[in-house]
Amino acid sequence: MSVIGDYQTKNTLETFGFLPALTQEEVYAQINYMIAQGLTPGIEHELPENAQDHYWTMWKLPFFGETDLNNVVNELEACRREYPDHNIRLTGYDNYTQSQGVNFVVFKAQGGSRAW
Amino acid sequence: MAKYDAGVKEYRDTYWAPDYVPLDTDLLACFKVVGQAGVPREEVAAAVAAESSTGTWSTVWSELLTDLEFYKGRAYRIEDVPGDKDAFYTFIAYPLDLFEEGSVVNVLTSLVGNVFGFKALRSLRLEDIRFPMAFIKTCGGPPAGIQLERDRLNKYGRPLLGCTIKPKLGLSAKNYGRSVYECLRGGLDLTKDDENINSQPFMRWRDRWDFVADAIHKAERETGERKGHYLNVTAATPEEMYKRAEYAKELGMPIIMHDFLTGGFTANTGLANWCRENGMLLHIHRAMHAVIDRNPHHGIHFRVLAKCLRLSGGDQLHTGTVVGKLEGDRQSTLGFVDQLRESFVPEDRSRGVFFDQDWGSMPGVFAVASGGIHVWHMPALLNIFGDDSCLQFGGGTQGHPWGNAAGAAANRVALEACVKARNEGRELEREGKDILTEAARHSPELAIAMETWKEIVFEFDTVDKLDVA
Repeated sequence: MSVIGDYQTKNTLETFGFLPALTQEEVYAQINYMIAQGLTPGIEHELPENAQDHYWTMWKLPFFGETDLNNVVNELEACRREYPDHNIRLTGYDNYTQSQGVNFVVFKAQGGSRAW
Repeated sequence: MAKYDAGVKEYRDTYWAPDYVPLDTDLLACFKVVGQAGVPREEVAAAVAAESSTGTWSTVWSELLTDLEFYKGRAYRIEDVPGDKDAFYTFIAYPLDLFEEGSVVNVLTSLVGNVFGFKALRSLRLEDIRFPMAFIKTCGGPPAGIQLERDRLNKYGRPLLGCTIKPKLGLSAKNYGRSVYECLRGGLDLTKDDENINSQPFMRWRDRWDFVADAIHKAERETGERKGHYLNVTAATPEEMYKRAEYAKELGMPIIMHDFLTGGFTANTGLANWCRENGMLLHIHRAMHAVIDRNPHHGIHFRVLAKCLRLSGGDQLHTGTVVGKLEGDRQSTLGFVDQLRESFVPEDRSRGVFFDQDWGSMPGVFAVASGGIHVWHMPALLNIFGDDSCLQFGGGTQGHPWGNAAGAAANRVALEACVKARNEGRELEREGKDILTEAARHSPELAIAMETWKEIVFEFDTVDKLDVA
């Protein structure tokens, strides 16, 4: 009889939560995709215990018209320095569908696995 | 004013109008027709227009009391069907005032009513309807729509992932809830009642609701994600349907389900209105559709049923998978998937779309791909259906050697790996195997799923093909 494995439930926090922590280059690629799609990058952060809230706290404002990868990365890192104990996610606002074409957690709170 | 002249006139004298220019407010229909031998096409086309609008077989005196020129349907164009010498297309324009506001029921009663049994026709198929904006604006449409559903469920940048709980009949409520919980904790967003499950002796609906609600709440707590299960409220009577819907709401459930063809459009439209007023999402199953839409010469094409459903109301509708175990031509499927999701769909005969269709501000419906699909199909499914879809792997989740949670995780890893790869600019269908193989290095669940289903393909020819020469 083949060996049956034990699947342990994970706190995955939605999109990309089932992939290994994205590397720096992989996050850059997703930001480039967002910019190429004409989405507006935004950053949100929140304490892990509030992760299920619809609204996380916005870091500044969405970066309207931003097309420079480095500026988005710098903002992500600035947010992380300010809120090391928060989960931090990247959002891509789509003003045509009034939805988000991208939304995933980039950094988990300190001690979490999702970080570069 | 004409004098009354009793008797039988040729239909084409009144209902064939090749010079007619359709109005923006007209409802337009395209039928594929095979007439009886020896009857001219114009006469057959006019007969369809007459029998589906104001006409009857004989002249009647009371026609002269109204202005039939204002109310009659008109056959205004005839076209050959590519690759078919017996059939032809006829295009018919119906004045807006023939139909009650907000009632697809009334539209269908006219367009696919008595005319389908008409002896002068050997066969008849309603291929497409162009709904005028003036009619669309009177329909409620999806209770929430794609954008609001994403916001409520907190799912962005990817398709939704689901599965139908199996075995489809015979589980007790508590065992059923166990299956739901395992799927959801493993990474599915949504699970589904099989359409055959209503409230049978082995599992009454209220008990299922209770255990499923427990499963959802627990899975949400543990994963930090929003979860749901389509509770099937399809029932013998509308009263019973609403009772079940009310209890789902009481339990804080986000979504319920209805079978729109067996339940009927009246029930569906009423339920959609209830969902809109009660903040509930509505998943739509389509049992009986293949009875109506599979014969290429007789019945109603699914693109028409899909359009009618968008008007009647639903937030998710099954569309077939193209790649799985059930019938579905790729171009034709893409044609009606557009009708569910887009705000404007241009005429495109290569997709079986006969008219420009402007949907205005009508919310969109998620396309649900379900039936005989597994992880190996993931790259193709994402490529075909895009983000605004719900991919449902029933056997492909619960058939996993480690069980539902591992099967769910395998599908979720495969989905996210494909989304990530697409966003990185990789070609999904060409590089699919590499993408999945790389992802499986970090996921034993996916590796086992890929091994389990590597030989399973469904390659039979489609019965209902698009008409091409």
